[in-house]
Amino acid sequence: MSETIRTLSLIMVCAPLLGSILAGLFSKILGRKGSHRATIGLMLVSLGCAIAIWILVIFHGGSYVGTIYVWGLSGRYHFDIGFMIDNLTAWLMIVVTFVSTLVHIYSIGYMADDDGYTRFFCYMSLFTFAMLMLITANNFLQLYFGWEGVGLVSYLLIGFWYQKETAVFGSLKAFLVNRVGDFGFIIGIAAVLTYFNTIDYQTVFANAQRLFDANTTISVFPGTHWSVLTVICITLFIGAMGKSAQMPLHVWLPESMEGPTPISALIHAATMVTAGIFMLARMSPLFELSQTALTLVLVIGATGALFTGMVGVVQHDIKRVIAYSTLSQLGYMTAACGASAFAAGIFHLMTHACFKALLFLAAGSVITAMHHEQDLRKMGGLYKYMPITYITFLVGALALSAIPPFAGFYSKDAIIEAVHNSTIPGHTYSYYCVLFGSFVTALYIFRAFFLAFHGKERIPADTKKHLRESPWVMWVPLIALAIPSTVIGALLAYPLLYKANSLFGNSIFVLPKYDVLKGMAANYHGWFSYALHAFITWPFWFAVSGIFTAWFCCWYMPNIREVITRRIAWFYYILVKKYGFDDFNQIVFAHGGRRLGQFFYYVTDAKFIDDYLVNGSGRAIQWGARMVRRIQSGYLYHYAFAMIIGLLVFLGWLEITDTHIGLFKLLTSNYFTVE
Amino acid sequence: MTTTFPLLSVLIWLPIISAGVIMMTGGDENANWARWIAMVASVIGLLLCIPLYTHFDVNTPKMQFVENFVWIKAYGVHYGLGVDGISMPMVILTTITTLVVVLASWTTIKTKVAQYMAAFLVMQGMMVGVFAATDAILFYVFWEGMLIPIYLSIGIWGSANRSYASIKFFLFTFFGSALMLVALLYLRIHSGSFAIESFYPLKLSMIVQIFIFIAFLLAFAVKVPMWPVHTWLPDAHTEAPAGGSVVLAALMLKMGVYGFLRFSLPIVPNACQQLDWLMIVLSLIAIVYIGFVAIAQTDTKRLIAYSSVAHMGFATLGCFMIYLIVKATGNIADAYVSLEGAMVQMISHAFSTGALFVGVGVLYDRLHTRNISDFGGITKPMPIFASFMMLFAMSNVGLPGTSGFVGEFMIILSSFQGNFWVAVFAASTLVIASAYTLWMFKRVFFGQVVRTEIAALKDISALDTMAFTILAAVVLLIGVYPQGLLRVLHASVGHLLQLAHVSKL
Repeated sequence: MSETIRTLSLIMVCAPLLGSILAGLFSKILGRKGSHRATIGLMLVSLGCAIAIWILVIFHGGSYVGTIYVWGLSGRYHFDIGFMIDNLTAWLMIVVTFVSTLVHIYSIGYMADDDGYTRFFCYMSLFTFAMLMLITANNFLQLYFGWEGVGLVSYLLIGFWYQKETAVFGSLKAFLVNRVGDFGFIIGIAAVLTYFNTIDYQTVFANAQRLFDANTTISVFPGTHWSVLTVICITLFIGAMGKSAQMPLHVWLPESMEGPTPISALIHAATMVTAGIFMLARMSPLFELSQTALTLVLVIGATGALFTGMVGVVQHDIKRVIAYSTLSQLGYMTAACGASAFAAGIFHLMTHACFKALLFLAAGSVITAMHHEQDLRKMGGLYKYMPITYITFLVGALALSAIPPFAGFYSKDAIIEAVHNSTIPGHTYSYYCVLFGSFVTALYIFRAFFLAFHGKERIPADTKKHLRESPWVMWVPLIALAIPSTVIGALLAYPLLYKANSLFGNSIFVLPKYDVLKGMAANYHGWFSYALHAFITWPFWFAVSGIFTAWFCCWYMPNIREVITRRIAWFYYILVKKYGFDDFNQIVFAHGGRRLGQFFYYVTDAKFIDDYLVNGSGRAIQWGARMVRRIQSGYLYHYAFAMIIGLLVFLGWLEITDTHIGLFKLLTSNYFTVE
Repeated sequence: MTTTFPLLSVLIWLPIISAGVIMMTGGDENANWARWIAMVASVIGLLLCIPLYTHFDVNTPKMQFVENFVWIKAYGVHYGLGVDGISMPMVILTTITTLVVVLASWTTIKTKVAQYMAAFLVMQGMMVGVFAATDAILFYVFWEGMLIPIYLSIGIWGSANRSYASIKFFLFTFFGSALMLVALLYLRIHSGSFAIESFYPLKLSMIVQIFIFIAFLLAFAVKVPMWPVHTWLPDAHTEAPAGGSVVLAALMLKMGVYGFLRFSLPIVPNACQQLDWLMIVLSLIAIVYIGFVAIAQTDTKRLIAYSSVAHMGFATLGCFMIYLIVKATGNIADAYVSLEGAMVQMISHAFSTGALFVGVGVLYDRLHTRNISDFGGITKPMPIFASFMMLFAMSNVGLPGTSGFVGEFMIILSSFQGNFWVAVFAASTLVIASAYTLWMFKRVFFGQVVRTEIAALKDISALDTMAFTILAAVVLLIGVYPQGLLRVLHASVGHLLQLAHVSKL
């Protein structure tokens, strides 16, 4: 069976690459239709393979770990391209290929009028290829390949409309901030190679316990002795902070909304940004052995979950609201991993992929209907023009707010509960963050919902004339995503999280002392009673009050918002300024880096080295030459005088040191050996 | 392997003879003749590299394709040629680069075409000679000889400030080489032969080793170039014609690192070990400090030139990290990654930076400016060109899947084994290199088209496309399958590592 899985995996990974090459290099021959048919057809192949692998792995206990080809051999190390197909990968590849296929189809409608139509499909397929490489990797090299590959395509797609200044600025920022994360990530990989002597997952995981028992330390600063595993985990987590937009490396994600909306759904909500979460779960055998790292993960995640969500409340751009929501939800997933509930994190990743892609695509549907207007203040009352978009957006919003029995409820509630039950330092603070976060989540998403679809129509008159539901290529994916957003929570919560032998198999490793999900399993008695049970828990009522607040302020009594804003002007200002992260980065890193470069260039390089040392030696030689030239005056008496002086000095010197007589004789012997 | 066919000699002399033939075509009225002969000569050169690669025995560190004749009997100078795993890839690199230069200059050079093509063919011959020479004097002759064509190419086909740049370049490099010659003569006196390999077993005291090391260092550091003797490079690059920049970046800088590998490490290993901290510090300065300097550039060529210095910092770092690594792990096998990384970095840098210089040449040819602020929105009129440039820019920032990644990855990973902080400083290039490369890319290729000249641009010609395709193919090939290159290096790098760890005191 493993051979079959290997073949299927190869096809699954390579099909999107082929699609990308076809759309990228042969778009002239294929044309627009040909390009999207080729890419979508190959995406369907990939999806089919993913489903086949999923069936083989989940239901027939299959797996595959092996090398595809040797990338490089050096000394005693080998770097390979290979696959590790286990339960975790199987679930993830379903998510990736499913969402990607739908977004491909959706883009036929969304990008219909764009000049870069074929380029867009090329990038999307390329992205899918890189993402699949990332999740199927069996070693850190390939992980890093996929990691950077998705980063590249993200960069290209954020700056897709390359003539738009904000878009290219956003793409550059995204790439640079991600690179800061990758900087940590590559140090982590280097540490793995140094201490495990390999970068293959299996060997690394197998030896992690041994390294832990040996209490190996590294002296990063003189006099300090840090556990190697902690250093490895924290540096790897820095990579995850970049890719999964955790504070303080979250600043690129809101800017990424400058890209086309299908991309926001695929890359910046469903798949790429969750790569960090996937990595945490994949590395669970390492993270479990470092409580320090887990604490860091938990606290960073929970902080992000609350504070980035609050910024979402003051945004006016519909996509930015959802972007901040993504930041907040990624915080939830990270916090889950920090609380050792990796399964809950991955489960939330899956449900989130469905409902967040749904929200983005629905928002995209609104945006195209509104002729690329994204400002919520110019919408309102849209429900009667676009009913399908309206309903599906509502489904997404309910799922996001964790209202039972929608998908988000099962995953998010598990996370909040897991953080609550965790024993890792920092869990109390984190619990309050994620708990209050559920109020904020409901508030911002329903604020956007009411502002866009209900209340007074604030739509410009000329837009209103063309306002209608989007074409079928766009709403079919909406419905296709609304269904799982509703049901997968109830369907999968038990087998993934609470069942004794969960569908994640052995792919996630949790130490018994941290296993919070196991404790929660005792209280789980089927999806229905769990949903009912929600009515007596805090998170549910926080969410409901969030919806109520949104309804009250945005639909029932819209004018009250101004009053509130005035009352807490200072707080509002902080939120609008996004806690000052952007300004800080702009001043310190962007501006400071440029200034430092200019100093190095104009002062050290050009002035000191080049002007002073290099040209200075040139000038010194010229000066010397000028001086020497003066001596050569051309007057015979000058020369005669110099000769006499010279001869006198020479003879005087010989007188003083008669030891040199021998030398003198030697020198003159040629002339005086006549006898 | 000894073949009866003098392959290396042909690779050296065929281009030089072709250069003579080209000169006979006369003035610019026969320019096309000159172009075609140059093209044919460089294609033949490239074809001859196929047997060089396929008949190369990767299992031995010995010199292969050896030729050895007495040249000057009185002084024991030999005409000795041969390649091992370190020099063989450099020879292939040379021939590919020449073909790219010929293609890229096809239309951009309009005056004195025959002389231009001849200069670059002579250069090819000389470069192959440098990499293939097994005799110190023959090496030195080629080493100095190749200065002449590059000096001429800057001085004749360069832009406004060319005479300052060419004389600066010449004095810098010549200054270093003079001391190298002294060191070579000293070694000759003690070994009794000019064969480079005869220098390896020589016993030398520490103080002598350090003097020789410094003499070599001055010669090689100028070529690499290492901080602080790097300032000739931006000037030379800026003023040189596109072809000259390509050869400078792709080949000439490699001679420096090649020198470290061929001379410094095996001849004065104790001094290398003693002074490795100096080399590591200078390499890190190149990576970090020069990276920042690159951010501040306003001229595209100057920016790429500084980025070259930063990238070569990785190559030198890889060469001299070996002592720290072996000290830390106690296993000589660990140092392979570092040294092979340095080799890969050199070769990869040749292609990605060479391609970027060709690209800047294309823009300069059309818009007659190199200032970043004069561009903007180039992608709109030239999408194919922009796509190629994006690929090379990504190789420049070390994205996996491109060749630029392989060397950096190997060197960062292995330097961690030696020292945590060296790895951290080296890895900072991930951020710095993307900052200067992509910020420039943004300002040149993205944004609104503001100038009418840019809106009127046409996309690159078929010839340029061909040149870029060759470069892109190599960049991707090395990125996806570096093993094809690494397997060649293995035996020779292992031999070199052993030599570098034998005490000669």
